[in-house]
Amino acid sequence: MSAATSWTILIATSAICLAIKLFGHYVPERWLSNKRLQRINALIPIALLSALVVAQGVVVNTHIVIDHRLAGLAFALGALLAKAPFPVVVVGAAVTSALVYHLH
Amino acid sequence: MAPLPRNTVRDALSVSLTVGAYGVAFGAASVAAGFSVLQSCLFSLFTFTGASQFAAIGVVASGGPALSAIATASMLGTRNALYGIQMAPILRVRGLRKILSAHVTIDESTGVSLSQAPRGLEAMRVGFWVTGLGVFLFWNLFTLLGALGAKALGNPASWGLDAAVPAVFLGLVWPRLENNFLRLVSVISMAFAIVITPLLPSGLPIIATASVAIVMGWPER
Repeated sequence: MSAATSWTILIATSAICLAIKLFGHYVPERWLSNKRLQRINALIPIALLSALVVAQGVVVNTHIVIDHRLAGLAFALGALLAKAPFPVVVVGAAVTSALVYHLH
Repeated sequence: MAPLPRNTVRDALSVSLTVGAYGVAFGAASVAAGFSVLQSCLFSLFTFTGASQFAAIGVVASGGPALSAIATASMLGTRNALYGIQMAPILRVRGLRKILSAHVTIDESTGVSLSQAPRGLEAMRVGFWVTGLGVFLFWNLFTLLGALGAKALGNPASWGLDAAVPAVFLGLVWPRLENNFLRLVSVISMAFAIVITPLLPSGLPIIATASVAIVMGWPER
């Protein structure tokens, strides 16, 4: 990644995310009272975060790749099902993945 | 003036420290994705909304173009606008304080504030500010530590960082899956992302998955 690309991403992301936050504090409530918009907006984080689990967990470039990361994700899923606290989920996933990585 | 709501402050600080600690994962993942330590810290200072930050560097790490990184992060940030609409009438601040309150309007500050409703308006305000500023402090501190640590530790796979990041995303989506419809949205999104991954350039499948939210959110239910 070139320096220009990384700075562009940093500055644009920061500017847009702050603008979105300010927008919420300054617009009249009725502007965002459209029910359909609210339903879609509530689903967007779920769709994007789910896609990010896939993109970071089982993808290399444009291929689906099953490797040590999936072992880590499996641990995370089990820990979440067992209602484990967030630190256990994340650190456990890292440790599991690193173990599988080194055993291979 | 009413005494400081002690329980509110305690709630707010415990959330701040726990959530802020994930700045370590962000700082480390950001450096592993190719950003400098300085850039990683600036992300946490100025973007300051965890899921969007992780998304931006996640798209970059998976080889996606800059525009896709920016768009994915921005779409994840739109929920903060809805939080702002809820918080503005509670906070009732002006000028610089209003801008500052907007910057620290995130999942945690809004969540803690709304959870203080039974303790009254003042507790809601205290909850918002202590959580918002507390997360800001710890998130930035831990981002620096994570970024420096990643530089020192090298290969992210050998200490599990490449699995910690998707685990963070799973942990972020998990509490949102409150009913079967929302679980279905998540499962379909994952399946959709898997299917279109070989078909689209790197990084684009993530933003393309927003179409699942649009299609499933369109009809009344």
